[in-house]
Amino acid sequence: MTALELRHLSVTLRGRAVLRDVSLRVAPGELVGLIGPNGAGKTTLMRAALGLVPFEGESSLAAMPPATRARTAAWLPQAREIAWPVTVERLVMLGRLPHLAAGQRPTAQDRAAVDAALAATGLAQFRHRTATRLSGGEQARALIARALAQEAPLILADEPTAGLDPAHQIATMQRFRALADAGRAALVSIHDLGLAVRHCTRLVMLDAGRLVADGAPGRVMTPERLAQVFHVRGYFADTAEGPVFQSLDLLEKVE
Amino acid sequence: MRRGRLIAGLCAGLLAAAPAAAEAPARVVSMNLCTDQLAMLIAGEGQLLSVSAVARDPRSSAMAEEAADYPANHGRAEEIYLLQPDLVLAGRFTTRATVDMLRRLGIAVEVFELARSLDDVRAQMLEMGRVLGREEEAARRVAAFDRRRAALAEEVAHRPSAALYYANGHTAGDRSLAGEILLAAGFENAARAAGFPDGGRMPLEVLALTSPETVITSRPYPGASRAEAILDHPVVREMRRARVSGSFADRDWVCGTPYVLRAIEELGPLRDAVLSADP
Amino acid sequence: MTRLIAALAALVGALFLGSLTLGPAGIGPGESLRALVLGDAGPLTLVMREIRLPRAILAVLVGASLGLAGAAMQGYLRNPLAEPGLIGVSGSAALGAVIALQTGLAASLWFGLPLMALAGALAGVGLVLALAGPRGGSLTLILAGIAISALAGALTSLVLNLSPNPFAANEIMFWMMGSLADRSMTHVWIALPFTLLGWALLATLGRGLDALTLGEDAASALGVSLRRVRLTLVAGTASVVGAATAVAGAIGFVGLVVPHILRPLVGAQPSRLLPASALGGAALVLAADMAVRLILPARDLKLGVLTALVGAPIFLHLIYRTRKEMA
Repeated sequence: MTALELRHLSVTLRGRAVLRDVSLRVAPGELVGLIGPNGAGKTTLMRAALGLVPFEGESSLAAMPPATRARTAAWLPQAREIAWPVTVERLVMLGRLPHLAAGQRPTAQDRAAVDAALAATGLAQFRHRTATRLSGGEQARALIARALAQEAPLILADEPTAGLDPAHQIATMQRFRALADAGRAALVSIHDLGLAVRHCTRLVMLDAGRLVADGAPGRVMTPERLAQVFHVRGYFADTAEGPVFQSLDLLEKVE
Repeated sequence: MRRGRLIAGLCAGLLAAAPAAAEAPARVVSMNLCTDQLAMLIAGEGQLLSVSAVARDPRSSAMAEEAADYPANHGRAEEIYLLQPDLVLAGRFTTRATVDMLRRLGIAVEVFELARSLDDVRAQMLEMGRVLGREEEAARRVAAFDRRRAALAEEVAHRPSAALYYANGHTAGDRSLAGEILLAAGFENAARAAGFPDGGRMPLEVLALTSPETVITSRPYPGASRAEAILDHPVVREMRRARVSGSFADRDWVCGTPYVLRAIEELGPLRDAVLSADP
Repeated sequence: MTRLIAALAALVGALFLGSLTLGPAGIGPGESLRALVLGDAGPLTLVMREIRLPRAILAVLVGASLGLAGAAMQGYLRNPLAEPGLIGVSGSAALGAVIALQTGLAASLWFGLPLMALAGALAGVGLVLALAGPRGGSLTLILAGIAISALAGALTSLVLNLSPNPFAANEIMFWMMGSLADRSMTHVWIALPFTLLGWALLATLGRGLDALTLGEDAASALGVSLRRVRLTLVAGTASVVGAATAVAGAIGFVGLVVPHILRPLVGAQPSRLLPASALGGAALVLAADMAVRLILPARDLKLGVLTALVGAPIFLHLIYRTRKEMA
């Protein structure tokens, strides 16, 4: 069983190869962290997987009809766009669109999904507040709740923890991990390697559009790769508290 | 240098022409549809240099054929100035700026009012005779006008009501040239009963509820306009269908010339038809 | 929501009756409505059925179209400044209509007038979307609107000036400001097919516009085809604005004012704003058309004058609010 399968995925944007021959498989029960420096192709990989950018190769998601795909995978883009001053509840309900026929009113099941997503993101008391008037972090959580409400077997999230305070960063990663533990799957791009190492079941490292490592956090975060890909020196340990990673020093000038 | 000479030459021409204006003007330019026609009727041989372009349009002008014999102008100060006129004839609605410009350039401009009655037609012919120094010709024309007008005037026992309906829903009141034409032709103007004794914009629904015995509309110009679309409104169409009606081109109606008598004559058959349709 | 729709529908109904009973002929309301319904074929029936009824029906058609088109464009561009009149779509439609009238196409083909207006609107809306991009930034939108309006207005003026008809040249005012005076059932029949088609198209947009609240990427991933939404929006807007402008001229600000007022009442959700704005637009144009008859009964005061008096301050307020975005 796979939640997502990518085979030899390549993306060329404006004549530049952004992604080269990436093959990847995500199984139910996995929280896969997508790591890599700026411009490595993390966002492009997820957008191509969803069929939002033209690509060569195969993606199990992009091959689906749009309606099926929308029930199979939820997508949380990095740009936190909330165009209109809707209430948080209504915003989260947008995640139920793939489950509703045109013009159909939300059913009890849809409302239950929204309630669960609001509770999971700690937004239950914000339910009737106007989403655009919330703080940046609260808006980010509301959008995560929207993706959760979609109740898709797979969730793809681009930098979901950016701009959140430590408590909500941890809560967000724990939420994705809980989804994975419950048999769903998540592919999450993330810059905070410490969070990635601690919460993901598996890490995928991209560099300059290529997949350079794929495996358990301890196996991926080798000093060589850290040096080669991120140009940093780091501390990694498997502790009684679980795996811990902390970046320490720059190895050379970052270009 | 050459331009300087040209200007000097023009000024000299102007100066030479100026004294002549004291007597009968020798170089007359008309830039208004109504003065065009009066001038063509009354001016002497070679006295009238140019008439406005619209005078050649058979829909607007009763003397389109005659106008074709004159060079046309478009009412622009420059072209009129270059004709070196010693008298320019304009109407009340000629662009004010153009008239002022010509006067600043030292050209005499006679402005004619809009004719509002059949008596105005007489007066304007005499006035045209005076400014052109052609009083005798004007008097002869007026005498003919009076004779023909008297012949047309007959006492009528019954005046069928008629509504004049023009573009934009305008109608004419009794104290207007069109209103007098209507009265002289033996009709009663329905605009008075409808509450528009002085004419103006008469709403369609007022026209419909007035129920005149006949509706007389202006004949549309080519090309489309919203202003004239009203003449094709189902209400007007229905009114025209349900009764004898007439439609006349503007040419004999708009200017105070002897041709208004032709308009009166042409209304005669319509009146007969209305009377015979309505026992 | 249902209550709001019911209230708006009742308002439209009341204004519709009010519009029917208002006119220079000064007939009592009961008498006029009886003449309309029973129809004794007298002049009163003629007045009611051929003058007042088409006027009221057109006010509803035109108003609903403009309200709906405004709400749909704003939802798509995610910008409350998007409005068919302001961004030059109505102006382009007027140009198409004037060309149809002056070339004789309108006279030779019964749907020639709305078709050309639709073509003009299509060019206008296509140009705006091309210039403003998928997410219409306020500055580009307003600048594109100024340019397209100016060009369409100039070309309309040119076509009217070239007309052999002496009245046509003075009618730029009608095409730029709009009026429902002296329209007939003919105009209703001309406008109706394209209007209904456009309504049907725009009505399908609710789901897509809701999803677009989250941005294009998220909307796509929710199963919304952005291509289909865009094509439907362009075709639907061009149909309703084209048909409305062909018979009533360009009436500005309706699509701006109505969604602006109603947005808070529908919780800002684009799909709910669509039906509410359609009804609100109908109510606004009916009210404005009654006002022009009450304020200056003897003259043909243009509808766009009133809608601009209401709309321009709101427009300025919105620009003021989006200053931050532009800076």
